[in-house]
Amino acid sequence: MSRNAKINSLLLLLVAVLAVVPLVFGLGDHKEEPFAGADAEAEVAITEIDPDYEPWFSPLYEPPSGEIESALFALQAAIGAGVLAYYFGLRRGRRQGAERERGTSTTAADVDDAAPAGSGA
Amino acid sequence: MHIAEGFLPPAHAVAWGVASAPFVVHGARTLTREVREHPESTLLLGASGAFTFVLSALKLPSVTGSCSHPTGTGLGAILFRPPVMAVLGTITLLFQALLLAHGGLTTLGANVFSMAVVGPWAGYGVYRLVRRSGAPLMVAVFCGAFVADLSTYCVTSVQLALAFPDPGSGFLGALGKFGSVFAVTQIPLAVSEGLLTVLVMRLLVQSSRGELTRLGVLVAGLGKKSAGTGSSTGTGSGTDAGPGTGEAVAR
Repeated sequence: MSRNAKINSLLLLLVAVLAVVPLVFGLGDHKEEPFAGADAEAEVAITEIDPDYEPWFSPLYEPPSGEIESALFALQAAIGAGVLAYYFGLRRGRRQGAERERGTSTTAADVDDAAPAGSGA
Repeated sequence: MHIAEGFLPPAHAVAWGVASAPFVVHGARTLTREVREHPESTLLLGASGAFTFVLSALKLPSVTGSCSHPTGTGLGAILFRPPVMAVLGTITLLFQALLLAHGGLTTLGANVFSMAVVGPWAGYGVYRLVRRSGAPLMVAVFCGAFVADLSTYCVTSVQLALAFPDPGSGFLGALGKFGSVFAVTQIPLAVSEGLLTVLVMRLLVQSSRGELTRLGVLVAGLGKKSAGTGSSTGTGSGTDAGPGTGEAVAR
């Protein structure tokens, strides 16, 4: 594994450790509902401060179940990850193409049809 | 950091909408100009928006025993400057408000202000400061992403404390309450976001040197030299000349 890949893997590992530590050490155990969303906890805090407050607008569309909601969240992540992967895949392909072109144009420098096609990345 | 639909009094909702609108309009203009003048940057713009999409869907457990998510706005702010992120962040928030009932249309202005305006600007400002102090690129990227993330959640806490001051302890009491829900929870997540942003920036340094040089993230001379060798050993730590010069050369 190259030094670069090692550093990248280490970064991912650190993120995973940061996410797992609170679960392993049971840092949510003191709560009624461990690891609930902070957004929902803020709603609870609002109703504690102002018990009379009524939300005056409700979402136009609400996912009918937790499963559908997590499916839509997964969709969001998948769209993002897909676009990122497309970007890096395209870049990699272009770089490899450029390198191959450089390779052939130097080895076949004296061949007539070694077109020095300039492909801008 | 999403304030749920209907959970801001109408006057506050309107005020935050009015405060956010100019940033989004200005951002949309900047974005269209960028795409018109540099069509080749469309792909990287898409990747920056995609990064926000992934990270803001990633709900992670935190030390406070609750879950929250990063924002992913630091990367795009560093690459394309904050105005562009006002648009990309708004698109993400709209998706979540309309399809996930996460956040909301009435609270969109407030959420845009925290995640798509203050976060990117604070992160970008810190990135530039750290860079100017002579620190390596990746240190500046980490600090920028960390601050973009954490400042977003601090703003949300302020927004809620303004709307719902504590009957006994007033604004500051409420700020402590919302701050402990949002800001404290967010600290380890902001570290995670910093690490992930560094990871993506490292991949970009390997794959998109020319683009990063044009955007002023990498310094022109060094970028060309390394690009010529075609190696993938550049980590960015070797390109820590003054950011001001990079900007001047690239623009």
